[in-house]
Amino acid sequence: MNAISISIQDKTYRDGHGGSQHRTIADLQFEVEPNEFVCLLGPSGCGKTTLLNMVAGLDSHYQGQIRIGGQAAVAKIGYVFQSPRLLPWRTVRQNIELVFAGPPPAAVIDELLAGMQLDAVQHSYPERLSLGMQRRVAIIRAFAVNPDILLMDEPFVSLDAPSARQVRTQLYALWQQRPHTVLFVSHDLREAIALADRLIFLSPPPMRIVSDITVDIPRDGRHDEAQIEAFREYLLSQHPAINGLL
Amino acid sequence: MACGYTRQRSGVVTLLSLLLLLGIWQAAAMLLDDPSLPLPAKVAGVFWRATASGELPHHLASTLYRLAVSFSIAMLLGCAIGLLLGKNKSLDAFFDNWLVIFLNIPALVTIILCYIWFGLDESAAILAVVVNKLPNVIVTIREGARALDKDLLEMAQSYRFSRKKTLLHVIWPQLHPFVMAATRSGLALIWKIVLLVELLGRSDGMGYQLHLFFQLFDVASLLAYTFAFVAVIQAIEWLVLRPLDRAALRWRR
Repeated sequence: MNAISISIQDKTYRDGHGGSQHRTIADLQFEVEPNEFVCLLGPSGCGKTTLLNMVAGLDSHYQGQIRIGGQAAVAKIGYVFQSPRLLPWRTVRQNIELVFAGPPPAAVIDELLAGMQLDAVQHSYPERLSLGMQRRVAIIRAFAVNPDILLMDEPFVSLDAPSARQVRTQLYALWQQRPHTVLFVSHDLREAIALADRLIFLSPPPMRIVSDITVDIPRDGRHDEAQIEAFREYLLSQHPAINGLL
Repeated sequence: MACGYTRQRSGVVTLLSLLLLLGIWQAAAMLLDDPSLPLPAKVAGVFWRATASGELPHHLASTLYRLAVSFSIAMLLGCAIGLLLGKNKSLDAFFDNWLVIFLNIPALVTIILCYIWFGLDESAAILAVVVNKLPNVIVTIREGARALDKDLLEMAQSYRFSRKKTLLHVIWPQLHPFVMAATRSGLALIWKIVLLVELLGRSDGMGYQLHLFFQLFDVASLLAYTFAFVAVIQAIEWLVLRPLDRAALRWRR
């Protein structure tokens, strides 16, 4: 139901009025299994956000095909953007409730808010919260819809290390409770190893796949820094091509 | 505490400045001793008699009715067209010239043309006011629509917000300051035009009465009517617009 099949021949940006052209993606193909957690890694500006926007249906100006699930039904998408993108004029809880087409499930939202330690501020306006809290609200919003596909674009960037670790742990716990297919964009190799089933390394534009690596650390060993560090060393020694990317 | 104190003080300042104005008027009227500048007490007496006879309320009500109708039409149409032009570049490029032309037609010309083309009736009067005000609303709202946050619109799109939900929760709150600006400048502009419209082609309303007083050189009545009108407009500002502002800006830090 929630597999993704991506096959893009070409994605080119045109600057203004017939000016310079900027080829972002050239011949990119990969499949994501249902409930797989895939991390996309690459240098900044390589087109990762563009790719997520295309999967989310925000950008349809490209040649190729992105299929989600294979059914005709429109896939439900949860998208955690690089900035939280909360509506500043609605409270935390209203922001979450708004993404439901029907009546919002109060019990689910309560549980998610409690899990992220946000129940005390649920009636505050987002601009009164810290950035870390806003990011957690954005993550809850994406999880709450119980999406077929969850897209995350560096959700921990610009957080200090302890809050990033905390939110990452909470995110991971959430995903294990209610698994779904995840496309996660990151700069941070350790973070990617700790979270993902599979790492896809991308080149600078025009973007192609440099390597596609399965992370074989068992799920219960992901909190062990030593195992993650060992896997990282192994990666960098076995795949020298990715060294220059990050 | 501090807040209450400041508020009290600003109340005292307002009272003092109004008293001073009244004092200057009183002194000037006494010094001049001429019917062209009556004493404040005389104006108050005229105001009281005109109100008691029902004459002032009647004319004030007809003017406010025209103001309300033409204001509502201009705001509704202006918001819709402004939003459309702000979001659609080619439509905007096409109709921008029309806007510039309509913005620069003098109010008097529109009023006279409306009366000539559609007759001296109520709908022509209202149409004249709307045509005068509409371009201003469109330009203000268009500015707001151009400044809409693209990130939030993308968020709404990716979570499949319905059109109604997007308009209500994403677009409207961003347009609100622009709508308030259009409302304030609109009220100030429209009531002046309504008076002109009444002066030129209606047989009731403030404008008609002011014309009458001008012919009779009745300055006391003229001033009494003016104060009634200023008071009503101030009441709208304090009882309707300010509370709306406060309610809509609660979320700001």
